[in-house]
Amino acid sequence: MLDLHEIIFIVIGAIFVNNIVLAQFLGCCPFLGVSKKLSSAIGMGMAVTFVLTLASVITWLVQVYLLERFDIGYLQTIAFILVIASLVQFVEMVIKKHSPDLYKALGVYLPLITTNCAVLGVAIINIQKSYGFINTLFNGFANGLSFTLALILFAGIRERLEDADIPKSMQGTPIALITAALMSIAFLGFSGLI
Amino acid sequence: MSLWKELTKGVLRENPLFVLVLGMCPSLAITTSVANGIGMGVAFTGVLLASNIVISMLRKVIPNSIRIPSYIVIIATFVTMVEMLLHAYSPALFKSLGVFIPLIVVNCIILGRAEAFASKNGLTRSILDALGMGLGFTFALVTISTFREVLGAGTFLGMPVFGDSFQSALIMILPPGAFITLGCILAFINKMQSMKAAKRTMVGQQVAQQQLSSN
Repeated sequence: MLDLHEIIFIVIGAIFVNNIVLAQFLGCCPFLGVSKKLSSAIGMGMAVTFVLTLASVITWLVQVYLLERFDIGYLQTIAFILVIASLVQFVEMVIKKHSPDLYKALGVYLPLITTNCAVLGVAIINIQKSYGFINTLFNGFANGLSFTLALILFAGIRERLEDADIPKSMQGTPIALITAALMSIAFLGFSGLI
Repeated sequence: MSLWKELTKGVLRENPLFVLVLGMCPSLAITTSVANGIGMGVAFTGVLLASNIVISMLRKVIPNSIRIPSYIVIIATFVTMVEMLLHAYSPALFKSLGVFIPLIVVNCIILGRAEAFASKNGLTRSILDALGMGLGFTFALVTISTFREVLGAGTFLGMPVFGDSFQSALIMILPPGAFITLGCILAFINKMQSMKAAKRTMVGQQVAQQQLSSN
């Protein structure tokens, strides 16, 4: 069942209206931690998009074919976090072996993703909204893009902030949070879109 | 370090949110009302306490190479238990905290305490550490949510604070309000710390001058 209309809604909604970082507060730690340089923001964004898409699909399969089939839905949290942790390890090993270039670009960020709440959060939201397989796939990918967009915009602003004359007590995290607040206000403008 | 200090360090000096800046996601997302802040703080403290106890007791049993996965499984177990308890006894809170209850699993504070403290210290100290850190996190959540609820909805724990003429600033309840509040609080803490440091050097200089003049 390929409902294009619904897929477009999901993608636009995830990227702009319900931006994963600025509206849903998922993945704040890497958002503030890995946003000091544009190049590392791009690397982190790509890594998260990749893992988020894969994790959405695999956790959906686990939910439907294991947890629901054997009626053990209460194990969801444990099952999902284990799936995500081993998936990240597996992806790291595969990339290291087959594509050293990609590993160079993403390698540092991959271990950090296990504790990125965006991955587990999106996986759980997919199930809560009872998305089908195709919708889950697109929701995972769109949320990855959403994270990448917010991170790259934020890193661009923070690079400029480095040269700005900021009061001493506002330097570092406080000014970053205020910047995020302004970005979040800007993203509120999309809220009538859907 | 004395046992009392072990308990109190998490509340102010090493406050997980305000000083160490860990566990940002729940503290930004669920602090729209004080009740949510308290609920999240209690759920979090429960999980941290239970996981610190178990990890501290098992610290000599768990092999070093698989310690992180073991910690995650232990934490996830307790998170599931807390989730079920909340679902059964406090459905309203369960609903308003939503996806952020299962997300306690990936809260960096809990894994951080397991790795940095409970795996190296005895049972008593781990319990005190968990209680202190839990209290500190709850205190931080309540502080943020007080600002947001009072300014954004004009209420505290659901009770109206100002009169009917009060126009609430809706933006404080919306996502931007969370970033603004935490940003201002962190800036305030930085300011206090730098003032304290300045005072200390000033006192130091005065003492030195007095010593010079007395000589």
